[in-house]
Amino acid sequence: MSDGFLGAFSDAHRERLLSFARTVSFPAGTRVFDEDDPAQRFWVLRHGHVDLDCHDPARGALVVETLGEGELLGWSWLFEPYRWHLGATAQDAVTAYEFDADPVRAAIEQDARFGLALTRSVASVAIGRRLRACRIRLLDLYRPTDTGRASAGGEPR
Amino acid sequence: MTTPAPYRVVTRTVEAPDVATLVLEPAGDPLPPFSPGQFAMLYAFGVGDIPVSVCAVDGHRLTHTIRAVGAVSSALHGSRTGGTVGVRGPFGTGWGLDHAAGRDLLVIAGGIGLAPLRPVVLAALAAPERHGRLNVLVGARVPGDLLYASETDAWRERGARVLVTVDRPDARWNGDVGVVTTLLGRAAFTPSDTTAFVCGPEVMIRATARDLVDRGLDADRVRVSLERTMHCGVGHCGHCQLGPLLLCRDGPVVTWAEARSLLRVREL
Ligand SMILES: Cc1cc2nc3c(=O)[nH]c(=O)nc-3n(C[C@H](O)[C@H](O)[C@H](O)COP(=O)(O)OP(=O)(O)OC[C@H]3O[C@@H](n4cnc5c(N)ncnc54)[C@H](O)[C@@H]3O)c2cc1C
Repeated sequence: MSDGFLGAFSDAHRERLLSFARTVSFPAGTRVFDEDDPAQRFWVLRHGHVDLDCHDPARGALVVETLGEGELLGWSWLFEPYRWHLGATAQDAVTAYEFDADPVRAAIEQDARFGLALTRSVASVAIGRRLRACRIRLLDLYRPTDTGRASAGGEPR
Repeated sequence: MTTPAPYRVVTRTVEAPDVATLVLEPAGDPLPPFSPGQFAMLYAFGVGDIPVSVCAVDGHRLTHTIRAVGAVSSALHGSRTGGTVGVRGPFGTGWGLDHAAGRDLLVIAGGIGLAPLRPVVLAALAAPERHGRLNVLVGARVPGDLLYASETDAWRERGARVLVTVDRPDARWNGDVGVVTTLLGRAAFTPSDTTAFVCGPEVMIRATARDLVDRGLDADRVRVSLERTMHCGVGHCGHCQLGPLLLCRDGPVVTWAEARSLLRVREL
């Protein structure tokens, strides 16, 4: 793996963050959190994949993005009102570092440098990268052209 | 401009609702050999000709994967087995797999962009001792649009790390969801010792190349294939000019170091 959320920290800050971590495993299909529940924990994935989803009454859980190795799962614990915006389910067997949000938030308040490093990493690696990816997806770059669709006789989607 | 050589369609495989792969065999004298990354001008008789990359070269046979987007591509896409198309070429620069010797490989494709990259994957699998780890990252709009679905498992079995993601999953899809750049964090490569080959829509190429450079790849180790309207194929007509480059002759494969500033300027 080339880099990930933890790769954005200095050694000292990474160690500090990891001092709050415990290793957990989820079998495939585990519901990690639900939309609108309080965001009291977060994870850094070490193995496996987690699908983020949004519930639609007619269509069920719609997967909006998949997170994998090295990625941060959950940032709503860092910003008020500390509630999840999406749901999350383990796509396969997952191992992760798990963090309780309360002590990490307390450490952020006590140690401004650590707080800045953590907030920066969440903003640039997790939120920034995902926002850029999401904007590109909005462009629907691979969409079929009308002419192509008609002449190829495909079904409209 | 040379006269197109007649080639017969020997097989036609449907890859997706609007995408088909044609295997062509010379009906007369064969054209000189094509390298991965080069393209042919394919002529649908009575309609016109368009640039299409080779997605496999097997002796004198040429394989092309064509997405129907307009008049000419739809006519070629709809070719029947036994029919004839005209071919000119080979044109353009190849991917230059030699540049990647001894290094980790990142092959990154969006949509139909996997077609020109397929010969890179096949060549790398055929000579694994020539490079480091092979990663193939593929993004498509929906699961049904994924090209060469029957081959990608075999690529995995032969040692490639193949990661696939779609923009819009359907009910049966249990793989990744997101754009292709989100797979980069999971690819196995050492940025300072990696060559990347990128093909897809231009917005995807720009986002991917920037991300690769952010992760530590040299811009001249990121090779991208650019599309512009092409006509003559030999650098005469100027249709495909991008700054100082005539892409049919100096491209379509160029390094990100060359392309970056040219793509930043809207019209040159
Ligand atoms: C070097 C090179 C290699 C190429 N390799 C391949 C290949 O392997 N397989 C393949 O299918 N295509 C490939 N293309 C793209 C192909 O040449 C175009 O799709 C084709 O020129 C369109 O011509 P047309 O007459 O069918 O459509 P036009 O009438 O020219 O266009 C019809 C509609 O399609 C849109 N359109 C045109 N080109 C594209 C495109 N590339 N993607 C999406 N929409 C488009 C137009 O904006 C228009 O709305 C390549 C292009 C280049 C420059």
